[in-house]
Amino acid sequence: MTAPQLSMTETHALLSVRDLSVTFATKRGPVRAVDSLSFDMHRGRTLGIVGESGSGKSVTSMAVLGLHTGAEITGSISLDGQELVGLPERELNRLRGRRMAMIFQDPLSSLHPYYTVGEQIAEHHRVHFGSRRSVARRRAVEMLAEVGIPEPERRAGEYPHQFSGGMRQRVMIAMALVCEPELLIADEPTTALDVTVQAQILELIARLQEERGLAVVLITHDLGVVARVAHDVLVMYGGRAVEQAPVDALFAHPAHPYTRGLLDSLPRLDDADDAPLRAIPGSPPSLLAPAPGCAFAPRCARAAAASPSERLRCETERPLLSGPAGLPQVLDSARTGGTPLAACHFPGFPASEGVAS
Amino acid sequence: MTDTGRMTSTARPPLSTARPLLRVRDVAMAFPGRRRGTAPVRAVDGISFDVAPGETLGLVGESGCGKSTTGRMIVRLLEPTSGSITYDGRDISHLSQRELKPLRRELQMVFQDPHSSLNPRQTVARIISDPLLTQGSSAADARKRAAELMDLVGLIPEHMDRYPHEFSGGQAQRIGIARSLATSPRLVVADEPVSALDVSVQAQIVNLMERLQQELGLAYLFIAHDLSVVKRVCDRVAVMYLGRIVEIGDKHQVYAAPAHPYTRALLSAVPLPDPAAERARERITLLGDPPSPAAPPPGCTFHPRCPKARALCRTEAPLLRIAAPGEGREVACHFPEAA
Repeated sequence: MTAPQLSMTETHALLSVRDLSVTFATKRGPVRAVDSLSFDMHRGRTLGIVGESGSGKSVTSMAVLGLHTGAEITGSISLDGQELVGLPERELNRLRGRRMAMIFQDPLSSLHPYYTVGEQIAEHHRVHFGSRRSVARRRAVEMLAEVGIPEPERRAGEYPHQFSGGMRQRVMIAMALVCEPELLIADEPTTALDVTVQAQILELIARLQEERGLAVVLITHDLGVVARVAHDVLVMYGGRAVEQAPVDALFAHPAHPYTRGLLDSLPRLDDADDAPLRAIPGSPPSLLAPAPGCAFAPRCARAAAASPSERLRCETERPLLSGPAGLPQVLDSARTGGTPLAACHFPGFPASEGVAS
Repeated sequence: MTDTGRMTSTARPPLSTARPLLRVRDVAMAFPGRRRGTAPVRAVDGISFDVAPGETLGLVGESGCGKSTTGRMIVRLLEPTSGSITYDGRDISHLSQRELKPLRRELQMVFQDPHSSLNPRQTVARIISDPLLTQGSSAADARKRAAELMDLVGLIPEHMDRYPHEFSGGQAQRIGIARSLATSPRLVVADEPVSALDVSVQAQIVNLMERLQQELGLAYLFIAHDLSVVKRVCDRVAVMYLGRIVEIGDKHQVYAAPAHPYTRALLSAVPLPDPAAERARERITLLGDPPSPAAPPPGCTFHPRCPKARALCRTEAPLLRIAAPGEGREVACHFPEAA
C-alpha cells in the first residue's frame, strides 16, 4: 500500500479547508471546537486525522459535510472549487452522498431498522440519479458484492439487524459509495469492531480507495490504524492542528512534543522491553477555557525543560503550523515526501538544531 | 502526576508453585435463551486457570468471547452454572451474598467506564470509603483511609469532597482504583480498565496499576481486548474464543510464538504504530465475524474462520493441552503451530 506518487504540478486540491473554525454556544460559554484549521486533500490519497476526544477531529468532518446546525462556522471549505460554508441546505443535500459521503463508528444507528439494506442503498441511487427502481436495485446488489458481502442478491433483501457488526459496516460503505462520490469521510469506522474484523474493514477501505481513486479522510484515535492506511497524517489537539506530515515522516520523526509523547506512551506489540510506559502527565485540555498559548504547554516535557522566557512564550504565544524553515504553511496532502509541519515554538524537526528534547 | 519515575523495578515476585490464590476449574455460565424454548447461551463453556499471588493474568478475546462474564463470576457478581472457583483454598462458587461479604475485602473489581461506575451524587471521599463502611469501619477511619488512598493513586487528597463530574476520565479511573483498594484486596479483577480512556492517559493508568501491584503485592485478572496493553501488563495470558480458552501460557511464549491459529490471527490483526513495519509484515486476515455463542459451530468453534481447518476440526472439539514438552503453555487445537 505505497503512496501513489503525484506530480508536483497537480496542485488542484479536491478538498481545500482554510482557517476553519467551528464554535458552539453552550450554557457555560462559547466553545471553539475547531480553531483555524487549514488543509488540502487530493484524489487518491488518504488523510488520517488523529486526536483524542475533544480534539476537534469529528467536528471537522461534520463541518465539511455541513452537518452542524446551530454552530458558528467561519473560514472556507471548498470542494473542487465550490464553497461549502454558507451553502443552502438544498445544495448541500445534492452534494452529500453524491460527491462526498461519510461512514460513522456505529453502523447500526446509521441504518434504518425498517427497510432492507438493499432498499436503503437503492434509495440513494434513485434520489441522486433519478434512476428507475430496478436499476437502483441492481446497483445496490452490485455494491454489496463489491464490498465483499457474500450472496449479495439474497442479503439485499435482509434488514440491518440480520447483519453482524462487520457486515453492517460493509453495508454502510456500500451505501456511501453507491453514487460514486470523490470524497469519503470515515469517522472511527472500525472503533466499534473487533480487531480481526477491523483488519477486514481497513483492507476494504484501502482497496476501494485505490480502485476508485477516492480521497479518504480517516478519523481515528488509533495511531496503529493511521500507520496502516493513511498517506498523510494530521494530528489535532484541543481543536487545533499540531502536526501534519506524510505518514512515514510523522512516525519516524514526530516533530511536535504531543505526537512524540503519544508515540512514546503507547504499549507496542513489537516492543521487547518491559520498562514502564512513558506516560504524558495530565489530561486533555478543556475547550471552555482555552490556553492563550500552546494548548499542549501544560503537559509538555519540552516546555517544562525550557528556560523561563521560552516557557512563557509557550504559555502565552500561540504557535503556528510551520515547517523547519519557520514559515507558516498550509498543509497539502499532495506534498508527498514534503516537509512536515508542526505548531510548536521548539519543534523537533530531524535536521533542526537547538531542539530542547 | 506521572507514575514513570516512581516505579523502581519491573521484577515481579517469583510465581509460587504452591497454592494459587485463585483456582478456576471447568467453570461454565449458561444464560437462559431470550425466548421460551430456545437453548441457553453458554457464554462461558468450561474454562480452567490459576492466578498466583502477586501475578497478573491477562484475559483477552473479542466481544462475546466470555471474558467479562468470567471476571464477573470470579468476583461473584454472577454465580457459575457449573464448575468451581476456589479463592485461597475455599470454594466460593455458590456462596450466598451473606457468606461472600467477608471475602469482598479481598476480591475487588475495577470497571471500564470510570464515570458510570461512580455514583454521581456521592463525594469522592464517600465513594472510596464505601467498601470500608460496608465492612464496618467507623466514618472517621474510613475518611482518613480515603485520603491515604487518594494520595496512593496520585490524586490530591484535598479534592476528596468533590464530585465525580469534577474529575477527568483518567482521574475518575484513579478514583475507581482507589475504591477497589480500600479494603486491601489481594486480587483485583480489572475489566477493560483503560479502554474508555484517552490514549494519552492510558499509559498513566497502566503505570499506576503496575506500581500498585509492586507496592501492595496485588494479583490482577486483567481483562482487555487490546493485546498491546495486555502484553505490557501481564505475566501470563489466556486467549478466549467463544466461551473457551484456546491458548494460555507465559506471555513471552504466547506473543512471540502463538500456537493457536486464532492467537496468531489476533496478533497479526493489531495495527502497529509504525508504517514501515505495517507494510512489511505478513497479515493473516480472518474471514467473517466471530459466531454467536447462542449457536456455536460444531467441533472446534473456530473452524469456520480457521485458515488451517481440516475434517477433524469440524467434528471434534480440541481439548486444552500442553503445546510442547517442557512448556507451561497450553493450547486447544488439533494442529497447533510449531513453536
